[in-house]
Amino acid sequence: MKRHLISAADLTRDDALLVLDTAEEMARVADRPIKKLPTLRGRTVVNLFFEDSTRTRISFEAAAKRLSADVINFSAKGSSVSKGESLKDTALTLEAMGADAVVIRHHMSGAPHRLAYSDWIGGSVVNAGDGTHEHPTQALLDAFTMRRHLSGPGRDLAGRRITIVGDVLHSRVARSNVLLLGTLGAEVTLVAPPTLLPIGVEDWPCEVSYDLDAVLAKSDAVMMLRVQRERMNAAFFPTEREYSRRYGLDGLRMAALPEHAVVMHPGPMNRGMEITAEVADSPRCTAVEQVKNGVSIRMAVLYLLLGGAEPAVSAPAPARTEENNQA
Amino acid sequence: MSATTKTLIRGARILGGEPQDVLIDGETIAEVGLDLTAPEGATVVEADGKILLPGLVDLHTHLREPGREDSETVLTGTRSAAAGGYTAVHAMANTFPVADTAGVVEQVWRLGREHGYCDVQPVGAVTVGLEGRKLAELGAMADSAAGVRVFSDDGKCVDDAVIMRRALEYVKAFDGVVAQHAQEPRLTEGAQMNEGVVSGELGLTGWPAVAEESIIARDVLLAAHVGSRVHICHLSTAGSVEIVRWAKSKGWDVTAEVTPHHLLLTDELVRTYNPVYKVNPPLRTEADVMALREALADGTIDCVATDHAPHPHEDKDCEWGAAAMGMIGLETALSVVQHAMVDTGLLDWAGVADRMSFRPAAIGRLSGHGRPVSAGEPANLTLVDPAYRGEVNPAGFASRSRNTPYEGLELPGQVFATFLRGKATVMDGKLS
Repeated sequence: MKRHLISAADLTRDDALLVLDTAEEMARVADRPIKKLPTLRGRTVVNLFFEDSTRTRISFEAAAKRLSADVINFSAKGSSVSKGESLKDTALTLEAMGADAVVIRHHMSGAPHRLAYSDWIGGSVVNAGDGTHEHPTQALLDAFTMRRHLSGPGRDLAGRRITIVGDVLHSRVARSNVLLLGTLGAEVTLVAPPTLLPIGVEDWPCEVSYDLDAVLAKSDAVMMLRVQRERMNAAFFPTEREYSRRYGLDGLRMAALPEHAVVMHPGPMNRGMEITAEVADSPRCTAVEQVKNGVSIRMAVLYLLLGGAEPAVSAPAPARTEENNQA
Repeated sequence: MSATTKTLIRGARILGGEPQDVLIDGETIAEVGLDLTAPEGATVVEADGKILLPGLVDLHTHLREPGREDSETVLTGTRSAAAGGYTAVHAMANTFPVADTAGVVEQVWRLGREHGYCDVQPVGAVTVGLEGRKLAELGAMADSAAGVRVFSDDGKCVDDAVIMRRALEYVKAFDGVVAQHAQEPRLTEGAQMNEGVVSGELGLTGWPAVAEESIIARDVLLAAHVGSRVHICHLSTAGSVEIVRWAKSKGWDVTAEVTPHHLLLTDELVRTYNPVYKVNPPLRTEADVMALREALADGTIDCVATDHAPHPHEDKDCEWGAAAMGMIGLETALSVVQHAMVDTGLLDWAGVADRMSFRPAAIGRLSGHGRPVSAGEPANLTLVDPAYRGEVNPAGFASRSRNTPYEGLELPGQVFATFLRGKATVMDGKLS
């Protein structure tokens, strides 16, 4: 694996499978009475959050703590950053304090890339969501969840049909998923009103449709993206109700899915907007499971970036090929 | 400098022609011919293999003084210009305070004269404070010692159609021209880069070509309607080329410039998220670059203008979204043009003289610049070594800023000497 995880495109198929398989091992730790491994003892992980995201931060925090790392939470709000300190000076400060990994969430696309590839810090950088660019650990936990339901341990997602619905234009989740799911062999279809698709989407490695009903019956998983109500004011769609009618997932549409298909949502959900309560609360919706899997995935990512040489879980050894272990 | 300074340039290829000698006496070219004899006390410059051009003229330079002397001053900017082969630059109006009064433009103009590296021709703001609401005192700036002829709110678009119409009409009284920064503001709110395949992938807010083209289309129609002339700043898209070509075919008085960076670089570079590539208008696609080169070659685009935009290091040493827009360009312009236009066979050296000196001087109504290299003309000259090849090293720049997108790139051509009214501002590739 590369030293940083900035984009889902940083992962080869073998890298991605290694993360997913490692996460399976990590998930088993969560079932133990003592949910902790000594693997990253003495290492420091900084959660550098320039944007409020309690869910993602606590997920990374839980992951690092379960691996026995020291965790520092650096929230840009109320800190020197809000007083005008630059990303560079913040990075130099963290470097001076000995951060082994920096998990960064930033409202500007590309900020994690800048942090990783400038020479400001020496540690690994994990992108925890940047602007409208990417959110690679979200894509990994989504793939992990899909694999559990649709293919199985050790396998990729070849031939699985994944439909991603909603505000693709502003979604870092959609971008990372299109890349990672493509790497894992899935067939992705994006569904959105034309206003919420980026220019150039026709060149992406996926299909595009404006018609949700036309693709539901051919979907093994449907991922509903959060649509911010403010988009309405910028004329991306006429009204909340019209959006909901055309692109929301309700019980009727869920019934059109194949029996085995799952409904996914990265959270937080806008109940009544892109997803009805009936669907959100149905056993087919994996939203809560995704959150749980997020911790395992982030443990796997931190472990592979920081400690990869030693075995994460003492026994049994991972059942992957040699080639993958070298990835 | 005294009026008796004499320089003999020996064996220079004037505009790329056969080698000839050029004798400069004082501020003027005294003689052009074969085997001229060096007068007593004359400096002799051996120019074997070198190209002699009229001193370059830039229609679009940000000198930053007054107000942002941390990034450039009239002194450092004009030294940078001389090093790049320029003998005249047009200083854009977006200073602090804005160059929207006779007082500010005269100050900038005087500083240029005093330093003596390159003539500074101030551009006046079209509207007060560049705010797009109220016309600045254009006539006062025209009548000032600076003799302003080019007016621009560059950095901002004069987007109000009525204000633009009035400005176009009003400047006819003193043969002025409005230089439009064509950017429809609503279509470019929060824009970070060219809108296209790359912006979609990078999740950066797009700056669509149509935001430039729609304003150009409106303004050429307005200029035609009121019978005025309009100049388009830093034209950057293939579509804009088509509109300007159409306007010229109608016989309308429309001129346009292109920057060196838009002739060479594309939005693929933004994938590095390195803000040194952040510029406005943004780097476009390969297809746009090719269309711009063709248009410069066939004359649809009249001239190359640098849009030299110095920024302090901290404004580029940060996240893409937080970075300032702009690149410096005076010291690399000629090399980029040689690389993109001459070495590709699209333009010969006479063409370079036309697009980088004759035409920009004509658009700016500069009398002493952009003149033929012949006896009796002012000795504003640039001597170029086209055989030179070297890596761009910003540490050697005369500009106070370092925000060049070409660092480490090998480019051809070196400005060997620059003469401003007979005085060598650059000799042997070094500033005097």
